[in-house]
Amino acid sequence: MSNLLDLLVAGLATGAIYALVAVGFTLLWQTSQTINFAQGEFVMLPAFLMLAVMHAGAPFWLAIILGILLSLLLLGLGFKLLLVDPMLRHGVLPLAIATMALAIGMKEAVKQFFSAEASPFPSIVPAGDVSILGTVVSLQSLGVLALAIAVVIGLTMLLNRTSIGHQMQATAQNPTVARIIGVPVERMILMTFLINAFLVALASLLITPIYLAKFSSGEVLGQAAFIAAIVGGFNQVRGAIAGGLLIGVVDNLAAAYVSTQYRAAVPLILLIVIILFRPQGLLGRPEERTV
Amino acid sequence: MTATGKYLRIALGIAVIAALIIVPMNFNRYGLYILSQWAVMTIAAMGLNLTLGYAGQVSLAQGAFVGIGAYAAAIMTTQGGMPLIAALGVAIVLCFAIGWILGYPALRVQHHYLAFVTLAFSTLAFLVFRNEDWLTKGIYGISNIPRPNVMGFATNRPLPFYYFCLGSLALVSLAMWWLIRSPWGRAFVALRENPVRALSLGIDTRRYTLMAFAIGSALGGVAGTLYAPLTQYIDPVPFNLSLSLDLLMMVIVGGSGFFFGPFLGAMIAVLLPEWLRFTQGYYLMLYAVAVMLLLIYSPTGILGILDRYLAERRTKAASALRAVAKSRLETAP
Repeated sequence: MSNLLDLLVAGLATGAIYALVAVGFTLLWQTSQTINFAQGEFVMLPAFLMLAVMHAGAPFWLAIILGILLSLLLLGLGFKLLLVDPMLRHGVLPLAIATMALAIGMKEAVKQFFSAEASPFPSIVPAGDVSILGTVVSLQSLGVLALAIAVVIGLTMLLNRTSIGHQMQATAQNPTVARIIGVPVERMILMTFLINAFLVALASLLITPIYLAKFSSGEVLGQAAFIAAIVGGFNQVRGAIAGGLLIGVVDNLAAAYVSTQYRAAVPLILLIVIILFRPQGLLGRPEERTV
Repeated sequence: MTATGKYLRIALGIAVIAALIIVPMNFNRYGLYILSQWAVMTIAAMGLNLTLGYAGQVSLAQGAFVGIGAYAAAIMTTQGGMPLIAALGVAIVLCFAIGWILGYPALRVQHHYLAFVTLAFSTLAFLVFRNEDWLTKGIYGISNIPRPNVMGFATNRPLPFYYFCLGSLALVSLAMWWLIRSPWGRAFVALRENPVRALSLGIDTRRYTLMAFAIGSALGGVAGTLYAPLTQYIDPVPFNLSLSLDLLMMVIVGGSGFFFGPFLGAMIAVLLPEWLRFTQGYYLMLYAVAVMLLLIYSPTGILGILDRYLAERRTKAASALRAVAKSRLETAP
């Protein structure tokens, strides 16, 4: 039982990263009905952008800044203008399929132009262990958890306390009415795409030191975030946060106590049970069936 | 539909079928393998097209059903020494039953939740294929899967096996053609267009939702029983989530809800990467870009373009007729 605390902290740390990705996912869904199947690849790419900048000779801190800026440009602005805008009016499904194609394209591009092998990635949190209540907890997990929580709190403040946040929520809840009362809906939608790009870049920065930078690493991550979003509630930011943390903890505990072979099954079974008994998610609002 | 249009269509159909029979005769082993794969994937995509295109239910588990069919065929023909037709029966029943059960969650909630449930199922099925060594031999896979004898003809060589796949595709197509013109098919479309209205017209939407999903899944199983003897070796990797996503892409790219959509979609997904092979490492990238550009240009898929073009021509012809009629009226004394 002594490593339960360590498992819990590690689970919360990965869960907090899942939460970042899941929040971006739900934001895109809420404001523009985009189901982004490339969300996992969106997390994979910024690490490679940062590595590319570092290969060009830049120091780590500069690589982080440039990597985040490039992500905002490519995964925020570029994604919205080039793929989402032309397809949005044609409904949910064609766009979802297009993001699947985008995921294939991004994976192949990284494999071709960078490397098919896993590359190590420097951590922004120093390695080492600290002792809490007599048990040893890895410093990296704690650092990741602290950073992710700070970002989540910042985002919640932005959404709930500022005028821009209120305008974004209005856009998400009812674009037509939001437009009538003078919210610049288009700009708010763009904003959510930029926030999503920022969140995935940050998640990339936090998770890549743990799992290495690999072109295929987005598959697992994207699915985890997807499940987190549904379990927590597809239409709620705080639902996605809770879902992310829950999936992270459940995943880690399942690996330790159930079986390593079927660890991936536990979150999925959780997903099916949630959909059967509480389809709107743990914290979500039920959606009305429209006629 | 004019009579000449009808004859033109029949002639085109016969030409395509003849080409599919004659042209591959001097293909090499690999070419025949790819064409057989196209036939198999078309069957799986047709099943998904019934579920998605006609009944409007999004499924992300079609790849898992192909896997179930493939494992049923592999296990029964290698370990049981049974004929493939027995495996086909088992695969159809198994996939139909699992599809039926899996459809239940969809009844409780809005339709995109079915996508999530099926996504979870798809990954669970993959885990079972990989971890249940006693049944599926796990990551080592099952090898030496025999090819069947059809009415006394051995299909061990690539060409006869290709004809076997093509024949199966033809049979499935005929069955599907009949199904979507039957009252069931009409009920499926009613379900897609407006479920509440379908219900008020006396259609048992519960039963038809499950039925559409189960029949589509069973066709995935049929494709699987052909896939196993085609590759003659199966392991869990081809049946992960990406196969389900690929199949969904085939249906949308070809044109969901069009009868010939899956044929074209499977052609794009199976053959286009092969044609692009000369670009070496870039071929999947180019394929992804091509799919995105196509969907931006026409979100209803390839047949959507054709449909739009025909509709435009029809309106033009109609307005031309109207103009003629009008001028006649005006010039009349």
